[in-house]
Amino acid sequence: MTTSLTSRTPLLVLVGRYGVIAALLLLILFGWARYDNFLGSYNILSFLRYTSMFALVALGMAFVIMSGGIDLSVGAVAAMSSVVAALASPYGLIPGLLAGAAAGLVAGILNGILITRLNIVPFIATLATMLAAGGTGLLLAGNQSVSVSYDTAFVELGQGDLLGFPVPAWIAAIAYVLGSIILNLTAFGRSVLAVGGSEDASRMMGLPADRVKFLVYAGSGLLAGLAGVILAAQFGAGQPIEGVGWELFAIAAVVVGGTLLTGGKGSVESTLAGALLLGLIFNILNFENGLGWISLSAYWQSVIRGLFLLLVVILQAKLVGRDATG
Amino acid sequence: MADASIARPAAPARTSDGLGQLLARHGALVGLVLLVLFNLAFTPNFVSWQTLNVNLTQVAAIVIVAVGMTLVIATGGIDLSVGSLMAISGALAPLILLGQILPMPHPLLAVALAFVLPVLVAGAFGWFNGFLITRYRIQPIVATLVLFIAGRGIAQVVTNGNLQVFRNPEFQVIGLGRLFGIPVQVILMLILVAGAAWMLRRTLFGRQILAVGGNEQAARLAGIPVASVKRRVYLISGLCAGLAGLVVIAINSASDANLIGLGMELDAIAAVAVGGTLLAGGRASITGTLLGALIIQLVRYTLLANGVPDSAALVAKAGLIVLAVWLQQGRKST
Repeated sequence: MTTSLTSRTPLLVLVGRYGVIAALLLLILFGWARYDNFLGSYNILSFLRYTSMFALVALGMAFVIMSGGIDLSVGAVAAMSSVVAALASPYGLIPGLLAGAAAGLVAGILNGILITRLNIVPFIATLATMLAAGGTGLLLAGNQSVSVSYDTAFVELGQGDLLGFPVPAWIAAIAYVLGSIILNLTAFGRSVLAVGGSEDASRMMGLPADRVKFLVYAGSGLLAGLAGVILAAQFGAGQPIEGVGWELFAIAAVVVGGTLLTGGKGSVESTLAGALLLGLIFNILNFENGLGWISLSAYWQSVIRGLFLLLVVILQAKLVGRDATG
Repeated sequence: MADASIARPAAPARTSDGLGQLLARHGALVGLVLLVLFNLAFTPNFVSWQTLNVNLTQVAAIVIVAVGMTLVIATGGIDLSVGSLMAISGALAPLILLGQILPMPHPLLAVALAFVLPVLVAGAFGWFNGFLITRYRIQPIVATLVLFIAGRGIAQVVTNGNLQVFRNPEFQVIGLGRLFGIPVQVILMLILVAGAAWMLRRTLFGRQILAVGGNEQAARLAGIPVASVKRRVYLISGLCAGLAGLVVIAINSASDANLIGLGMELDAIAAVAVGGTLLAGGRASITGTLLGALIIQLVRYTLLANGVPDSAALVAKAGLIVLAVWLQQGRKST
């Protein structure tokens, strides 16, 4: 499909494939030219520290969407995991990390079971998990945020640095490298795309479609759990009501990254670019307000993000339309 | 039950009626009856006008949104933007009432405009959803995601995120008024339910909705204006959301763009799913949706009245949705 496109309309194809990366570079260039300190280490590092959580969630979502599904539960799962991690934080860094990640994994496994065993459509199954995880998080936390223990090294997971880079950025970077390897170099990665492309066809070819789907949702849950751990460590508290709307942010990042929502096609790198791009819009808005020329409230960021998403999906629709008709 | 469906090849034979079939078809009703019986036995002071009124008042906004959602889902679509559209209409109405957009020459004119304009604006946004879906063939979940994100932002930008407090008895009739002792929004809800159920069963448009959801390709070949049907359905969903936004702010005497309709899309979808409407489209039950919303509301009420915290009620709601859809699934495969 990509090769046939290349021969036809080079410009549109380039926009389709590298558009998000080009847009990201343009936005960075714009910020560098317009604002002092935009590329200063403080801004870059705090941007990476904050955006890593969303990038992790978006990575899991990208795999789910490539397999033709959707995961609405990631935000609530991250919130629940942040509570679990905060509760486990007095026992140390590793127990906190493992407990939070395990909580996310359990939720992901629950999604996998609902979808592959009970044959419930992903949209509804993950919606139910979203409610259940939200409720469980609130129950565990007793309806309030749970403060993290500062006696142990747990907060380093969110606030610490390693070799000059924030720990959350390391975690996200490792996850993305692994994700890219899995998608591009392993049989499992190809199976994900095959199942997303046509589940029936991949079943007939003997691919274990159910196992692939199960693993994809378990992975998404695990990554949401990690995001929750970082959330708790970064803000010093497990937050049962955080994470509202994260799932839609993640879907938007994946879509902006050029992954088709119908599944069967996608890229880990573009997803990262999509997540960074959406995060950068907020960052730039802050700088713009700092200049004092105009005063756009933080509320504009969702309007701008929405417009951006609109632009991308229309562009995508035109590309796909060309592909189908041409 | 006002149950409307287009005969589909996969539809189960109407004659085979095992227990599973019965549960699947009338599961919502059975569930509601069981819930009421449970409450009669265990919940103190359950039989009272107050209980009925509290539950109906709380459920009205969800049902109003869910009616539009049922029609959208019947065409095989989904509308994630309803909560944000509620916020837009709920943010606009006080601005109009308080004369902050245009100076109002007469207070009653302001009230009339505060009723009409926000609903129309929400409807226009709903139509825009349909336009994106039909013109660019964008999947409904992505197309409505745009306004889910941007819509609340628009409401927040318009009000600068401020809480707008107002007192206007004429306007607040829609949330606080009563007719023959019944809350006005409950009457509105019942009218909408009856109207939509009638439309789905008796009108050409209703049949077209189900045909589009049942098999879009076939519907197109049969000469049904698929794009126009879809646009109208999303328009209706927007109008319903706009109306629900007005109800919510009228009850609260205040409008907070950050909160109006937050999570409403999920409540509405849950009500539709529990009510037995097929999420793949082609089959819809408006009364089922009403029952679904009532069940979700009553489960929450039952748990709260018996001292179970709200957070546990969320988990119960999740179980309920899974159960309802799983039962539906069994019916589809038999």
